[in-house]
Amino acid sequence: MLFELEDVTATRAGRVVFEGLRANLAEGATGIVGPSGVGKSTLLRLLNRLADPSAGTVRYRGRDLREHDVLALRREVGLVPQLPALLEGTVADNVLYGPRLAKQDADVAGSLRLAGLDPAFEPRRADALSVGEQQRVMLARTLALQPSVLLLDEPTSALDDTTKAAIEATLRNLRERLGLSFVLVTHDLDQAARLADRVLVLEPGALSEAPPVAAPNA
Amino acid sequence: MIAAIHLGLEEVAATLALVAVAVAVAVWERTDLEADIAVAVARSFIQLTAIGFVIEAIFDNDSILWVALLLAVMVVFGALTARARARRVPDAFWVLLFALAISATATLALVLALGVFPVKARYLVPVGGMVIGNAMTASAVALNRLGDEIHDDAGRIEATLALGATGTQAIRPMARRSLRSGMIPLIDSTKTTGLIFFPGTMVGMLLAGASPTDAVRLQLVLLYVLLGAVALSTLLAVLLSRRAFFTPEHQLREQKGE
Repeated sequence: MLFELEDVTATRAGRVVFEGLRANLAEGATGIVGPSGVGKSTLLRLLNRLADPSAGTVRYRGRDLREHDVLALRREVGLVPQLPALLEGTVADNVLYGPRLAKQDADVAGSLRLAGLDPAFEPRRADALSVGEQQRVMLARTLALQPSVLLLDEPTSALDDTTKAAIEATLRNLRERLGLSFVLVTHDLDQAARLADRVLVLEPGALSEAPPVAAPNA
Repeated sequence: MIAAIHLGLEEVAATLALVAVAVAVAVWERTDLEADIAVAVARSFIQLTAIGFVIEAIFDNDSILWVALLLAVMVVFGALTARARARRVPDAFWVLLFALAISATATLALVLALGVFPVKARYLVPVGGMVIGNAMTASAVALNRLGDEIHDDAGRIEATLALGATGTQAIRPMARRSLRSGMIPLIDSTKTTGLIFFPGTMVGMLLAGASPTDAVRLQLVLLYVLLGAVALSTLLAVLLSRRAFFTPEHQLREQKGE
């Protein structure tokens, strides 16, 4: 099992976001849908320990998350946040940032290609990119760490339909080529159904199997 | 030789007209600073009058122990005052207390060891006061900026933590900018001193009848001493407060608001 959540309670800014959550997230691609404010992003933050639950246990591949080295865990379980938040400097600086900290080699051009960007972007300034390009650089710099799991927080929420379709194609391609496991959080049930093997609905206090969604025609 | 200037309370009161200008600007531009200005004026009057009596007693006594005690009290009040500008920094009081104490002690010790001033209350009290005052202002500016940047850029910091960065690595650019913002005002005023403005010590010495050469040399000594003290205090304040923003597991702590 990729992640097991056992009676997990999460709080943020002194408010209980969800309480006593129990769920198993299998290897492969899991989509998590639910209304705004229900705690989808909070749940992802628990999975790579940007936050800890106030009660309960989260296990990653059978071991309590707290038993893992937190920095190594974050490299292995890579989170791509909802909003682009690149570092100052070039695209290459951003892609190399994580591997340099871990004293690993990195294939900048390869990571950019995997994220659907031309390697010619390497010397471009990160703050001069479009939102869609920034989103891809966020994905590329996470991929440069060669993660085993990707946590994707609303990966296309800020994008137009064309860019959204392109990012979705990139994510499907990544799964095929690298065999990564995904946990994808989205408010869009159709997108979850297009990208994930299994879709769960997060509602106050419960994470349950989503009703079947009609396959997209495209 | 020109006679030293003597001012009565009526001359001091007359300068409140300029304070009224500052209050008018604050009200006009809704900067929400008018209460701060009133507190600053009242406190400066009471504190300076009180310290005048204390300094006179210490000068008469010329005891290093009393000097040290006075400077320690200044450090505590400096830390308390600066903390109010660093509300978003966890445990800011202790960080500031340590930063001010170390920078004042190190700077004064170095100045005495180099033989710039003799070990006498008449020199240590005013120089110590200037060092602590400038260190306090610079540290407060630096920590204010650090707290605000970390609050405003929490998303970018967490995105950087998610790449396997430690807390201190994730806020390195913010810490660097905070350090700069604390030090730049003094560096700029040092650059422009004599061209655009005459610093306080030099003005005071000239008004008191000292020769311009003596006034200039003392001012230069103080400017260079202050540069060192400000650099040390802002560095210590920023370095020591960085970790307080994170848990031992490199998670960004939820920050206090304004």
